[in-house]
Amino acid sequence: MSDVAKKANQAEGSNKVMAFVRREIGRVTALASLVVIFAFFTIMRPVFASWANVSGGILMSTTVIGLLAIGVTFVIITGGIDLSVGTMMALVAVITGKTVMAMNLNVWQGILLGMVVGTLLGAVNGILITVLRLPPFIATLATMKGAQGLALIVSDLKPILFTTDVKGWDAIAQGNIIPNFPNAVFILLLAAVVASVILNKTVLGRYTFAIGSNTEATKLSGVKVDRWLVAIYALCGLFVGLAAVVMTSRLGSAQPDLGLGYELEAIAAVIIGGTSLLGGKGTISGTIIGALIMSVLINGLRILELQQEWQYVVVGIVILLAVYGDNVRRRRAGESTH
Amino acid sequence: MASKQLLALSGVSKEFPGVKALNNVSFDLNEGEVHAIVGENGAGKSTLMKILSGIYKKDSGEITYKGKSVSIPNPFEAQKLGISIIHQELNLMPHLTVAENIFIGREDLLPGGVFLANKKQVQAAIELLKELELNLNPNDIVGELTIAKQQMVEIAKAVSYRGSVIIMDEPTSSLTPAETDALFKIIGTLKAAGKGVVYISHRLEELEKITDRITVLRDGEYVKTLKTTETDIPEIISLMVGRKVEQDQRPENRTIGSEIVLRVEGLSDPKLLKDVSFELRKGEILGFAGLMGAGRTELARAIMGADPKSAGKVYLHGKEVKIKQPSDAVAAGIGYLSEDRKRYGLLLIQDITFNVILSSIPRFSNKFGFLKVKSAAGIARDSIAQLRVRTPSERQFLKNLSGGNQQKVVIAKWLTRDCDVLIFDEPTRGIDVGAKDEIYRLLTKLAEEGKSIIMISSELPEVLRLSDRIAVMCDGRLTGIIDNKDANQKIIMELATKFSSNVISAN
Repeated sequence: MSDVAKKANQAEGSNKVMAFVRREIGRVTALASLVVIFAFFTIMRPVFASWANVSGGILMSTTVIGLLAIGVTFVIITGGIDLSVGTMMALVAVITGKTVMAMNLNVWQGILLGMVVGTLLGAVNGILITVLRLPPFIATLATMKGAQGLALIVSDLKPILFTTDVKGWDAIAQGNIIPNFPNAVFILLLAAVVASVILNKTVLGRYTFAIGSNTEATKLSGVKVDRWLVAIYALCGLFVGLAAVVMTSRLGSAQPDLGLGYELEAIAAVIIGGTSLLGGKGTISGTIIGALIMSVLINGLRILELQQEWQYVVVGIVILLAVYGDNVRRRRAGESTH
Repeated sequence: MASKQLLALSGVSKEFPGVKALNNVSFDLNEGEVHAIVGENGAGKSTLMKILSGIYKKDSGEITYKGKSVSIPNPFEAQKLGISIIHQELNLMPHLTVAENIFIGREDLLPGGVFLANKKQVQAAIELLKELELNLNPNDIVGELTIAKQQMVEIAKAVSYRGSVIIMDEPTSSLTPAETDALFKIIGTLKAAGKGVVYISHRLEELEKITDRITVLRDGEYVKTLKTTETDIPEIISLMVGRKVEQDQRPENRTIGSEIVLRVEGLSDPKLLKDVSFELRKGEILGFAGLMGAGRTELARAIMGADPKSAGKVYLHGKEVKIKQPSDAVAAGIGYLSEDRKRYGLLLIQDITFNVILSSIPRFSNKFGFLKVKSAAGIARDSIAQLRVRTPSERQFLKNLSGGNQQKVVIAKWLTRDCDVLIFDEPTRGIDVGAKDEIYRLLTKLAEEGKSIIMISSELPEVLRLSDRIAVMCDGRLTGIIDNKDANQKIIMELATKFSSNVISAN
């Protein structure tokens, strides 16, 4: 091969890498930030990088928010929003808890029930949005408050304890199918892979992107947009149900008042992960990275013994930086910005 | 009339990339005069207006206002000079009162400079309305008024600037005959007060009633200025259309099947469409001509189920189809290519493959709902080759393609869906001249392959060049369907301006 040809080949190779980086710049930046933040805390406190802290502290605390965020990613790619995932999770938890206790269900039945209830509640959001033509923000704000109240009513304001009655419920999250690897983290990874396949390889995923890119054009192309939206919100609910199962397993109980505020953390994870609030763009892996950035930050700041109130401030700044950076990049590329 | 000249334009030109919108146009307006500007769609009327009101900057030429040479760099400056414009789409704040709307941006403050001097403002509005003999209450909320009264508010607002020139763009387009008469009375008042009115209207019969002079534009060129008393509607139409009529290209004589593919019967919508009926045969191109706002796009959207119908039936291959939403129409085999591709046709942030399969995704997936990525990319590559889309690959994002190539991708989407009926709404809008020819050839080829095509176009040469028959609409009604061989621009323009007053003779 002549030198010229070699150089051309190299140039093409690096062009491909550059093209990949340019196309995936959102995720690449997010991943790079995660690595930098992780390295920073490791240097400051080596114990931060110990497997005990990584699995038990960081990964474990990512599971619930991560599952919620996976569901919300679908909704946000359609150009919508779901504010109800936090309190819906509490509602699913108490309904599942009550039913499992009352009907003496086993672990598998309980898991399935949680997912079904979550899916149905998600479908309610979808129906409110499409049938009543409510903006997603309003519809899910209403169901957020509704679910908050219903969770308290159903549970009679008392937590529902699982561990003593249902054999193996605590193992859903805390067991180790893979040694030294909590099941909850395994569930999150599995859910992420499945969600990623749905988003990128299936009809539902394709319509998720189409609706978010241009709802009107999608409708005029003959797609039954309303039905698909209900399906997408229901799918979001399915992940909410799974989050509820993992949550109750970790705590050993269904807490009716735990969940409010989780929706915003989930949305923050999605946005940090590079998914556009305008719709039409987004990835599950980005969302997982976003969720990890948040739990790494919280965990690291805690190890540095930064006070809780300052932890909040830091997370706020990170969200600002993430979205601002994304906007700068988009503006340079001549795209629309938030 | 021995009145003073208010405004004069001489040799004004304006060029947009690829288009000469105005070429060496002259126009003048006297005190107490109503001077109409007429022309076909795209003749340059709105460009001229926008130059006068400071929205566009002219490339060359001179504007004289009250004897002095002026420049109008922005709308604010136009208003300061005394040139006001009343747009076809009214620009009022619906939640504010009449008085608040009239004086918006110029509110008087009470001493202290914090609070609004409401009483003073209402008093000023009362005086102004009285002066113009307008029957309006300054405290009424504008959004609750009829369109005609809202327009009066716009007129009062324009006069309140104490300007001398008022430009009215299609002021009667949404008025009833009684309201139109009321408007003419107000224009009379303005004339008597020495104001000059530039009046733009498609409704030629109105011009005889209120204008003093009429200036005709065609293709951005100044044609002629006539005294209204010395001309008539046929002369104006022939000036608008010009002599190019004979040079039109016409379709070759195609043999069109006898099979009626689409039949629309008595279609009406709640807003504009009234009792539209027509038939479309296999392999036929049915052109739809008409002025802006005649209801052609509304008709297409109603057929597609994108907007509600209030009456009417749609038959495909002789069978009635219930179309409640676009998916029903697409399932029945009707595809719609919107005039606004970016808004209604494309997923700009997605790639060509995605756009090409958008209408046919179930066909490109297996029974478990997984996409057949390879066959999707294959059909996209085939479409690129067949329609000669200029792109490096099928993975190119739509936003990076030119208008013509974007249009080809929309066409590819519907060809992939294999629809029998294709509705093209302004298929060559925003497409450069070279690509236009390609789109024309493509449309003809589709018809020859047996597709039935509805082509809505505001460019008459385009309609005449492609259509086997031409349907003409005016004001939501179908005013005629003519064979291409019997059609010319003049006949079409006459049908396109048959407003309700002389509709009886239309069918």
